[in-house]
Amino acid sequence: MSIFIDEKTPMIVQGFTGKIGSFHAQDMIDYGSNLVGGVTPGKGGQTHLQRPVFNTVREAVEQEGAEASIVFVPPAFAADSIMEAAEAGIKYCVSITDGIPTQDMMKVKQFLRKFPADKRMVLTGPNCAGTISPGKSMLGIMPGHIYAQGVVGIVGRSGTLGYEAADQMKALGIGISTSVGIGGDPINGSSHRDIFKKFEQDDETKVVLMIGEIGGPQEVDAGVFASKYMNKPVIAYIAGLTAPKGRRMGHAGAIISSAGESAAEKVEMLQDLGVIIAPTPSAMGETVARVLAKL
Amino acid sequence: MDIHEYQAKEILAAYGVKIADGGLAYSPEDAVQRAREIGGDVWAVKAQIHSGARGKAGGVKICKSHEEVEAAADAMLGRRLVTHQTGPEGKICLRLYIEAGTNIAKELYFSLLVDRAHESIIMVGSAEGGMDIEDLAEKSPEKIKKIQIDPAVGLLDFQAREMAFALGLEPSQISPAVKLISGCYRAMRDLDANMIEINPLIVTGGSGKLMIMDAKMGFDDNALFRRQKVAELRDKTQEDKREMAAADRGLSYVGLGGDIGCMINGAGLAMATMDMIKLAGGEPANFLDVGGGASAERTEKAFRLVLADEGVKAMLVNIFAGINRCDWIAEGVVHAVKKINMKIPLIVRLSGTNVEEGRKIIEESGLPIITANTLAEAAEKAVAARNAQVAKEAEGAA
Repeated sequence: MSIFIDEKTPMIVQGFTGKIGSFHAQDMIDYGSNLVGGVTPGKGGQTHLQRPVFNTVREAVEQEGAEASIVFVPPAFAADSIMEAAEAGIKYCVSITDGIPTQDMMKVKQFLRKFPADKRMVLTGPNCAGTISPGKSMLGIMPGHIYAQGVVGIVGRSGTLGYEAADQMKALGIGISTSVGIGGDPINGSSHRDIFKKFEQDDETKVVLMIGEIGGPQEVDAGVFASKYMNKPVIAYIAGLTAPKGRRMGHAGAIISSAGESAAEKVEMLQDLGVIIAPTPSAMGETVARVLAKL
Repeated sequence: MDIHEYQAKEILAAYGVKIADGGLAYSPEDAVQRAREIGGDVWAVKAQIHSGARGKAGGVKICKSHEEVEAAADAMLGRRLVTHQTGPEGKICLRLYIEAGTNIAKELYFSLLVDRAHESIIMVGSAEGGMDIEDLAEKSPEKIKKIQIDPAVGLLDFQAREMAFALGLEPSQISPAVKLISGCYRAMRDLDANMIEINPLIVTGGSGKLMIMDAKMGFDDNALFRRQKVAELRDKTQEDKREMAAADRGLSYVGLGGDIGCMINGAGLAMATMDMIKLAGGEPANFLDVGGGASAERTEKAFRLVLADEGVKAMLVNIFAGINRCDWIAEGVVHAVKKINMKIPLIVRLSGTNVEEGRKIIEESGLPIITANTLAEAAEKAVAARNAQVAKEAEGAA
């Protein structure tokens, strides 16, 4: 399997005809993703990248059977686009858009909760690099060629640090089942824990690597979940050892604002929960290799 | 984005929150004039800087005559006040708020914050105000009341009442407290604030009125595009010059005080690279995320920003190209080095899309650039180059 997406998953791009949307849509098509069209309100009926353009997500779902979507809509309108996707019956949505207001994200999360669990769209991001199931499908902006196909599930907040991990693993001959970016914002669609649940159920995934950072409770929450409900080994690296308290480190969410949010504290709590720690960012690949060797 | 106390009070007053009479002053003469306009015989002279804990730093003075107001204003204006929130360099005081003295019977604490764990706004209150809420949370968490606000329905009156009772107010004070709490909540919601802290919220002696004594507001930077009036309240004198310059160029920079300058793409990779420098025995001078589209122009700006810190002894560039291409980055780096005439060692590590082409451009440039293939190697070489540079400078000085 792999989680969220594979070579069959019919996908659309929201913000399809814009410069950024077009560029990445072409990249996804080249990678082999099953891109069935896109949405740009007002351009419905046109053809773009040899695929149909729709005015609404609902039309794309009805006419092309779209199941997944990726949002490149500007921050002022992105929350609305995400909710449109959820209402139209999209099952999995990635929001690449960076800079969505916090209160808009609160509204999105509230909106998603109105759907019963089995009909609720899964959102990852915003402010992330997307999701890739190597060798099958890509719903994101990452360089697809650095990912080898394999058995490691990756979940992380950061785009480029995720690339670093994939690159280290590829150099050691280790592949990835699915890599999921959950984004660097304080309020995001899915947490590390949400993705852990999916990986635990996925046959193809044998171990999970979490790439976390300072700020917020999500890494430790995921560690608690892993210690209680997961059989698969979990490895973690937490970025931001040198980050001072109260300073935002690029990501809106990467800020130490209360106890338990520094890298050192998170590492200690995760260790206590039985999570295997990659001590340095350059040791992510070798730590995964060591764990795989013992399986 | 943070704003001053007087700005927060003006905003909250417009939402029906009671504040003491006050006025803004830019000079000691202004300050005396404001005191005259306010009347009475006691005034508080308050330094307007973006920091709490001003009292201990000499930023709040109670005055009983116009002469005292003038002297206090003279002492504060133009001074850099250092509090535990400002860092050692402090913040400059260029504005004062002159406020009518108030007889305080009780000090309470009230705030509204974004709660990441529950993805909603949370209300926090305590009958014990005036002190640092984090200290109180650590020592006596039972004295703190927290109430989640459902984003779909907003603050409900019964929740505001529950908070008012938790603050230990008398029955006659509950209704004004509900009004104050809901005023703060509406300001938070309507203006995309991410924090409102009233510390202390006071009950006045005698009449038992509720009034906000100090107010802090912070706003969601991502929402400023739709809050033009809030954005206009920005006071650039309160922000770090280099961070501001970086933000104006679309770069994210945080000064850290070490001596290895960094330029990295992506916030997570930047933090990880700084970790590696630290583990290799060095100290990063800064966090700098150049983002996705690192053009030659942007690269040059980033170089200038890092090198503007005179304490920097070596510079490390670590780029993992995804959307970017290593050859473009390499060209940008070569261009920047030639144009800026760098005098300290530069270490470059490129990875990702078109890495071979990128490395070739660096090698063939003929510039004394130290290259590295992995993150660990880059950090080790940066620390070694920094040490060599420090030794060289010491030799030069001797």
